[in-house]
Amino acid sequence: MYSFSEVSLVLLDGFLVTLKLFALTLLFALPLGLILSFGSMSKFKPLSYLTKLFIWIIRGTPLMLQILVVFFVPGMLFDNPIFAQNRFLAALVTFVINYAAYFSEIYRGGIEGIPRGQYEAGQVLGLTKTQIFFKVVLMQVVKRIIAPMSNEIITLVKDTSLVRVISVIEIIKAAETFQAKGIIWPLFYTAVFYLAFCGILTLLFGYIEKKLSYYKN
Amino acid sequence: MAFLEISNLTKSFGKTEVLKGINFSIEKGEVVSIIGSSGSGKTTLLRCLNFLEIANGGTITIDDNCIFDASLHKKLSEAQKRINRLHFGLVFQSFNLFPQYNVLKNVMLAPTLLKTGSKEDIRETAEQLLERVGLGDKMDAYPCELSGGQQQRVAIARALAMHPEILCFDEPTSALDPSLTGEVLRVIRDLKDDGRTMIVVTHEMDFAKSVSDKVIFMADGVIEEMGTPEDVFDNPQSPKTKAFLSNTKF
Repeated sequence: MYSFSEVSLVLLDGFLVTLKLFALTLLFALPLGLILSFGSMSKFKPLSYLTKLFIWIIRGTPLMLQILVVFFVPGMLFDNPIFAQNRFLAALVTFVINYAAYFSEIYRGGIEGIPRGQYEAGQVLGLTKTQIFFKVVLMQVVKRIIAPMSNEIITLVKDTSLVRVISVIEIIKAAETFQAKGIIWPLFYTAVFYLAFCGILTLLFGYIEKKLSYYKN
Repeated sequence: MAFLEISNLTKSFGKTEVLKGINFSIEKGEVVSIIGSSGSGKTTLLRCLNFLEIANGGTITIDDNCIFDASLHKKLSEAQKRINRLHFGLVFQSFNLFPQYNVLKNVMLAPTLLKTGSKEDIRETAEQLLERVGLGDKMDAYPCELSGGQQQRVAIARALAMHPEILCFDEPTSALDPSLTGEVLRVIRDLKDDGRTMIVVTHEMDFAKSVSDKVIFMADGVIEEMGTPEDVFDNPQSPKTKAFLSNTKF
């Protein structure tokens, strides 16, 4: 039999992988999503259609399927299983692409919600487009998207459990090693880790929302 | 030549001709009011002067320097638009202050980003301008904490901070409670006393009559009548002007 602390240590190891995937996904998907949102809002129609097609495919298929595609397809097509030695990288690439697509739609909603008068006020003062975006619009976008963003980011915490389909040992996969030996409770115990972490995120987003409530639009 | 010369300015949106050849000029220090019913092209004219819209035809000349000639450049580069815009300031009907910045930052933002002077100078100018519009005690407030009249006065200070040669107002009191229009009009009157060149699109006829050196009445995309306030208000020649004025409360 395994003691509670032994199980906890194994699960914690798995949870560190979960956290690593979570943090790296955010690190890359947050900026990539912004670039995608510019693509989908572009006045250059081919770029806008191409971006929207991409977003449709990513949002229209299961994340689990996407993980499998990214992991297996390079090996099948090019006889070069680039991810065979690094399953975590395959998972990360998939998550970054997938979450960037979702984030881009949140950004787009936020950016398109900014009244035209804000841009025009910047224009008549002689500001450049870049200055208007970063100094006038962006902060207002952040305030508008903080609620949908926190929703999506909390979903990300739990979506990480999908990477076990390519045997990345995150916390659920770690718990399943006990299940294979006939011990089920570690699997349920993983919920405590998720709940604790999502609780911290909820507090964090609440704090940011409060910080940004010093003004009204 | 006059300080500002607008000649033959035209603008269409699709098939709708909004400006059908506008000609007028302004001397330095003059205040021109533009009156007329909604849809007559007043706002579009101001937007063309501020290069928020690009006119399809005509020229704009400031101080003998032709800054816009539609026959020469069909398409202006962003940089050229920005340079042209700096001759003009625009105060919007709906203020359009930046909600995330306090009053002082709203006024200082553009001069700071465009580096019009040292940080201390920019701050000092901004504080003076806010004193000038009577908001010296509101510099740390955020726009959402201000009344409409106060917000519009901040917007005026913000426009002045870029030292425009000609300040334009697009119905500056139309979004305000009647009780708040007075404080904004008073600021505009003060600016006239400072010798500011201004173009004011307004529905405040009393104000237009008392503050303007020249009144322009627009109808259907043309200047129907133009002259001194006495000419236009007390002795209108065009039937359209007469009809408009008789339907407008003073």
